[in-house]
Amino acid sequence: MANDVGLIFQIAGVGIVVAMIHTVLKQMGKEEIANWVTLIAFVLVLYMVATVIDDLFTKIRSVFLFQS
Amino acid sequence: MEIIQIVGLGMIATFLAIIVKEQKPVFALLITVFTGAIIFIFLIDKIAVLFQTLEELAENSNVNMIYVQTIFKIIGIAYIAEFAAQIARDADQGSIASKIELAGKILILVMAIPIISVIIDTILTLIPSAMGDV
Repeated sequence: MANDVGLIFQIAGVGIVVAMIHTVLKQMGKEEIANWVTLIAFVLVLYMVATVIDDLFTKIRSVFLFQS
Repeated sequence: MEIIQIVGLGMIATFLAIIVKEQKPVFALLITVFTGAIIFIFLIDKIAVLFQTLEELAENSNVNMIYVQTIFKIIGIAYIAEFAAQIARDADQGSIASKIELAGKILILVMAIPIISVIIDTILTLIPSAMGDV
């Protein structure tokens, strides 16, 4: 449980840092790079979330007798 | 006192989602999904214990296990469909959420067909005249 709370803070931290980097890069006039940074951070966080959802679905399948 | 853990987790996630939503709404949605998954994983151990007890009860009272398993599967479909539909609704995709719910309802109906047919057969055997007509 404590580990998972840490992961939530991690996701929020990534979001805030990426927002900052996005703003700075935009001020420097490099909007393309800013968009790429956002996209890569999104994929990174999505990977973390997908791992947890995979865990969740595996458990649901084992509990609710979905053997197939 | 596990409820305090859950409530604390939910409140932390809510505040973080509010903060992040102003900068990047996508990450706020991911925080929501993540929190939902964590709470469900936490609950599913309890649900497993509950279901084991129900299964033992059904076994002791000589209920056909196929019916009990069908009911468990139906409950599972309902939970998963609800989970996904609420995520979709949080992301302002109400139409996708409605479709997921429709799919859940239809799949539940399909799983219930054997039980319904057994009930209708039982009722038909209880009414001799109806059997004669058919």
